[in-house]
Formats: sequence, structure tokens, C-alpha cells
Amino acid sequence: MGDPSTVTMRIWRGDTNGGGFEDHDVEVSSGEVVLDVLHRIQATQAPDLAVRWNCKAGRCGSCSAEVNGVPRLTCMTRMSILDPAEPITVAPMRTFPIIKDLVTDVSYNYEMSKRVPPFRPKPKPPDGHRMFQEDIERVQEFRKCIECFLCQNVCHVIRDHEENKPHFAGPRMFIRYAELEMHPLDSGDRRDLLQEEMGLGLCNITKCCSEVCPEDIHITDNAIIPLKERVVDRKYDPIVWLGKAIKGRRSGRAE
Amino acid sequence: MAEHETHEFDVIVIGAGGAGLRAAIEAQAQGARTAIICKSLLGKAHTVMAEGGVAAALGTVYSEDNWEVHFRDTMRGGKMLNNWRMARIHAQEAPERVLELEDWGALFDRTEEGRILQRDFGGHRYARLAHVGDRTGLEMIRILQQKAVAMDIDVFMETTIVRLLKDGDRIAGAFGYRRESGKFVEFKSPAVVLATGGVGKAYKVTSNSWEYTGDGHALGLWAGADLIDMEFVQFHPTGMVWPPSVMGILVTEGVRGDGGILRNGSDERFMFGYIPEMFRAETADDEEEADRWYTDRKGARRPPDLLPRDEVARAIVAEIKEGRGTPHGGVYLDIASRRDPEYITRRLPGMYHQFKELADVDITKEPMEVGPTCHYMMGGLKVDAETAAATVDGLFAAGEVAGGMHGANRLGGNSLSDLLVFGCRAGRGAADYARAVDVRPEASANQTEEVAREALEPFERTDGENPYLLQQRLQDKMQALVGIIRVEDELKKGLDALGELKQRAGRVTAEGNRLYNPGWHLALDLRSLLATSEAIALAALERKESRGAQTREDFPQTDPELGKINIVLRMKNGEPYVDRSPLEPLPQDLRSVVERSL
Repeated sequence: MGDPSTVTMRIWRGDTNGGGFEDHDVEVSSGEVVLDVLHRIQATQAPDLAVRWNCKAGRCGSCSAEVNGVPRLTCMTRMSILDPAEPITVAPMRTFPIIKDLVTDVSYNYEMSKRVPPFRPKPKPPDGHRMFQEDIERVQEFRKCIECFLCQNVCHVIRDHEENKPHFAGPRMFIRYAELEMHPLDSGDRRDLLQEEMGLGLCNITKCCSEVCPEDIHITDNAIIPLKERVVDRKYDPIVWLGKAIKGRRSGRAE
Repeated sequence: MAEHETHEFDVIVIGAGGAGLRAAIEAQAQGARTAIICKSLLGKAHTVMAEGGVAAALGTVYSEDNWEVHFRDTMRGGKMLNNWRMARIHAQEAPERVLELEDWGALFDRTEEGRILQRDFGGHRYARLAHVGDRTGLEMIRILQQKAVAMDIDVFMETTIVRLLKDGDRIAGAFGYRRESGKFVEFKSPAVVLATGGVGKAYKVTSNSWEYTGDGHALGLWAGADLIDMEFVQFHPTGMVWPPSVMGILVTEGVRGDGGILRNGSDERFMFGYIPEMFRAETADDEEEADRWYTDRKGARRPPDLLPRDEVARAIVAEIKEGRGTPHGGVYLDIASRRDPEYITRRLPGMYHQFKELADVDITKEPMEVGPTCHYMMGGLKVDAETAAATVDGLFAAGEVAGGMHGANRLGGNSLSDLLVFGCRAGRGAADYARAVDVRPEASANQTEEVAREALEPFERTDGENPYLLQQRLQDKMQALVGIIRVEDELKKGLDALGELKQRAGRVTAEGNRLYNPGWHLALDLRSLLATSEAIALAALERKESRGAQTREDFPQTDPELGKINIVLRMKNGEPYVDRSPLEPLPQDLRSVVERSL
């Protein structure tokens, strides 16, 4: 590759009928992110290149893809961290069905979201709710989630096991359940549902989801393990049993 | 023409940001069969970008705060051009709408007493913004999204509306396409709520996403509705300026609310030189008083860094123009030297992350470089304050696409409260309207056929214009000729350029097929971008004065006569037509509220 300001982007192009990687040589300016370069390819070489994006500031979670094999937000991936001497591959998230190019069908996540029993507040006192910062901070961590679905994408339970999807909510939804279960005002109890229909027990806490989270949410430690502990009061989960046997009781608050 | 899918509802809401979601929730709660139609996936709308907070006179931090003070601040910030009925409803109902979010599960940051904590922002007399760190919009959209899902409201994601349908003078529904398949879809509905946001993508430096192409403004205009205040485009004073690829990304006003200050390239706190007469009595004279204000609200007046956005943006432009900018053509926004790192990362985690990741700047150690970025459209559909009804039967508008609430300049935090208050009212207004309809309107088949045929034309051209290059040219022209500082000669050149671009957009081409094709989508979005841009330029030319976000170099003064009118845009014989309409005079009791010194 000659000009140092030019890189080769190897982008997956195709649809439900199949596809493959296509190379695009494209200029890169200093400070740019992968999404900038994809936009330049759209404007100058491939106007129909399908890319999903919105805010371009790491806040909406639309532009997830696999860059050189690593699941990332393309808007927050600086070109400078990638080796310009080699072609840079950009592929769609593997866990979801392809629509076209880098755009996948993420409706599984929206379907799982519909199955979450909604917030059920305790009765409101006459002078309004009171909550204290220390009581809401752990839930606020989960609320940082931008629904990029990268955690769902890397989760072993579903990444190569389509058959698990109908009965596995996935890490994104587990933090959703955790935020409801730990919400100071919520009065619901979703523990049986989690274990029996949402596949909480299938998670073997390999922490792939936590590692890939662009918001640095400790999905496994702060959401999934405490949920497993809450459930285990009534149900047997070998992972939690083992964890407890080794480390003793964790700090997760039991109700 | 080819078959298309058809759906029937009582109310359809176009847009799934805060206003659209809140409208749909209310319409459904009122018993209307409701659908939400949005260009992106659910939960990705521009509301997620709102950072600093939602303004509401909850009085949890300063018990002196109440709706009257909020109303006063809003009117003064809007340079008295606001629809006072909207500003009053907004100030009165915002607290209720915010507390309701808490009932639905929202977790705002707390006071020591366990109440909702409120933060300082520009133009607000008291700390008034309920917030969640610097990701308030994300919290709000998630709560509203989950509420809408729990209510089983139908959602049509990644669907773009290209035309509103009519039966005579009434709205009869909307027609568009699914972005995924490229297939057409018709919605039959007597009531349509526009909640499409703004038109930031008409500018080169903008905090707005690709979706912000003025769709609702154009749909309304084409359907015969009146637009008002289109000359007032808000340039937020603090967007990122470096590196070029991130230029325009928003830096929350919360940085200044939490103690950050502005300095020019010579390290001077220049804002003290830009305090306008209107705000002099309530603004600190010197640095000592300004710094004292953070801990002594009674004995000191607020820093000029927290003047309304139009004032701060203008001051920054002036400093840069006079050669006192930073190396990358901005000014410094410094919180590193004023607050400790723990405080900064707790209060502004998003900003810390954004600068670290995108600009290699550690905001706890060094100042940020910032400059104005196109952020918000004050102008929009003329609506009734009570019902959010536009000037076409069956059409409603809420949030950024509605005009009047913010007058000539919006205060920070008043957008999130606006979309809750008027989203709710629009949903109710639309549901009430739909319920009262005796005979459901029917759009003629030739309307949908014509729209579908036009929409597919870009595929038939082989050697036409590139939509991406046309959009870039539009952004360059709007930025240079219809930007922050305006002058007649340039505005006229801008209109000429828009005329030329409209011609070229008629020859735009789309490659490939209809399956998820962004080039084709942009080709269609260009039409609303151009129509809305033209409305902005025409209104800016007509208002021969400087007021709020409209700064005319050739008319630097405010003209009291022009303070009594709105500039109106509507279609006449297929062309945009500029008109004026008188503002309803402010009643005496409210005038005394606004003029009250605090």
C-alpha cells in the first residue's frame, strides 16, 4: 500500500442471498473513526452501502459492527488504533440475521424487551417518592446501557446457537431485569420468570459481555451474578453454588 | 401502481423521540388506536443526545423557584417572541410531567433529602434542571420507550414518511416506505402528530444526526400548514472543534453549570465583555463575584458564562473573528482548573469519555476547545397552545418541529420539558380530535400513486446527481450564507444556491436496489432538507433586525415593531410564501411577572 493516508477497507457486502468481503481503498484524515471512513465510501464509491448509525458520538448504540474481528461501535473506533498496513475488515454483527451489508436484523432484542414485565411502583406517599443517591447508583449503572447489542452479539449462549434465542434473554435484558429487581420503588418479582423462561441459568459467567460493553457496565459482576444469587434462594444453579462454595457470600443484597 | 401495505389507526405519531413517545403514550391512554412511525430503531432518536437535564420548577434545590420564575426566564431567553400561552403551560406543567417519569421508573440524581437534584444552566434563575449525570436524554427516552412498549403501542421502526395524505382540507394519513425493504406503506388515520425534530443536517457543523432533515417542517408545509419563527436556528455555543471528524459534537452546558468557564486564546475570561443590557442586573460584574456565586446564590450574581445560548454563541464568534481564538479555531472551556477530577468524572462522565476517546483530551487535566454548533430549531409548525393542533385539520405537532414555545432563543433544558409537556398535550389533542370525527377521511388513490412514482424516480436515472455531494454542498452553503451571522446580500446568495440545488435534486440518482439503500434514502430526504432550508433563509431575510438567534450584521439592533410579529411561511401556488402574523399581546399580569426583578 503506497500513500500512507490511504487504507484498504475490507467490508462485507451482501444480503440474505449471501455475500462476501469487498475492498475499498479510501483516504483517511487524522482523528477519524471507522464510521467516518464508511461514510466517505458511501459518498464516493458505494452510495448504497448499508450502515446503521445515528449520533456518531457513542450515545445511541446504532453503529455496532465487527472491526478486524472485534465487536465495536464504529463511531468510537479511531482509525489510528488499527494497523493501516493491513486491510481493515468491517463485518456485520454475527449473532443477528443479515439484512444488508453492515445492517442486521436486531428484532430479537426488541422481542425479548417486550417480554420484560414492566416497572411496578410501590404506592406513592402523599409527599412524593424519596430515594437516596446511594440506593440508586447501582441501577443507574445499568441505565447507562445504549442498547448497542454488542453484549448480545458476543454471548456464547446465542452467538452460534440460534436455537437458544427463544428461551434466553441475553446480557442486555439481564441488566434490564436487574435494574427492575434492584429499583428502590419496584414491587415486582421476576425471579421465576428469569430462571424458567429467560435462561438465566444458561449463562456461565465468562464475562464476554462485560468486556465488550462500550459503557463499561459490569454486566456479569453487578447484574447477572446478583440475579443468579436472588434466584438461587429457591432454585439450584451450579455456577452460583460453585461461586459461593469458593468465595462465600457476595455483597449482592438479598430481599 | 404496485401493491403496498396499508394500516388503519386513530392517531399516528411520526417520530419516536421524547415528544413522539410522550404523544403516543397519551393518545393510547385516551383510548385511541395509536401507532408510532420512526426513521431509526426505537430508542435511537435524537433525544438520547440531550445531556444536561430537563427544566422544571420543582423547587427541590431552591424553594424560591416556581412556575412564574420559570416562565419569566423562558420569555426573557426567547426575547419576548414566545407564544406566551405555550410558555405558561410549559412552566406550569413541566414539574408534573417530570415527576410522572419517576412514577414510570426514571432515576434522576438525588438531593441529600432524597428528592430530585437540580442543576444550573444558562438563563435559568435557579438550579432547575433535573438530570442523570450528563445522560438525561437517554434516561428519558428509555423510560418513555419502555412505557410505550408496555402499553402495546404499535411501532413501525425504520420507516420514513414522505408525504401526508389529505381528504379535501383534512388530514387523512401518511405515506412512506420501510427503509429495510424499500417497500411502500400507507397509514390511514384522521389525526397525525408530527414529532420529527429539527433540521440540523442542513448545516456543516452540527450536533444533530442524519435523521434531522426537516421532515416534519416540510411535510407540514406541503400539507398546507403555517410555519413560524423559521429564522431562529439555535447554534449551541459549545461543540467540539477538534479533530475535524468530531467537529460539532455537543459539549453540554452542564460543564458551565457545574463550574466550567470560557477563556479565549489569550486566556481572558471574555464573557464579561459581552453582557447585554437585558441581563446586566442579574449578571456578575467581575470574576470574584462570578466565582462566589457557585456557593453564595443570595450574595452574588451569576457568571456571564451562563448567559442564554444566543448571547454566548455570538460572543464566541466575535472572539474568534477578532483573532483571539484557540489554535483550532475555538475558545477554551475549562473545568480542569476549577473542579477536582473526582467531581468532574462523577458529574460529567459522558464528557470525560467523549473527549478522552475522540480527541485525546483529559478534561480533568486540560481545557476543552469548543465553538458554536447547529443544535436546535426554534421555528416550526404554528400550533394551538392547548391542543398542539396545527393550522390544518387533523394535524398536530410537538417538540422541536412545533414553533412558538421558545420564541427567538431556547434556554437549555427547556427542550426536554417542552417535549414532555406538549407531547402529552398533542397526544390528547389528537385523540380528542380523532374521537370527534364522524366520517373517517379517505385519501384518493392518485395521491399515493403520485408520491410512489416520484419516490422511485432516482432509480430510473443513470447519470444523475450524487445525493451525498448535493447534501455536502447544501451544508456548505447554509453554513456560509445562512449561518450564525447573517446579512442580506449573503442570504440572497443562499436562496439562489438553494434554488440551484433544488433543480439538481430533481436529477438525483440512486444506485442499486430498494433494499436498505442509504443513497436512495438521502435522495428522498434532500427534498425536505431543501424545503426547510429555504424556509429558514426566506424568514431570515424577512426579519430585518437582530433578536435572539437571528443576528443580522446589516440590522444589528432589535426593532420593537418586529417584536410584535411572527414571520410565517406557507405554500402558495406551489411556492413558499412569506407572511407576517401579529403576536397575541402579553396580558398585564404576566407582563409584570416577566418584568419582575429578582
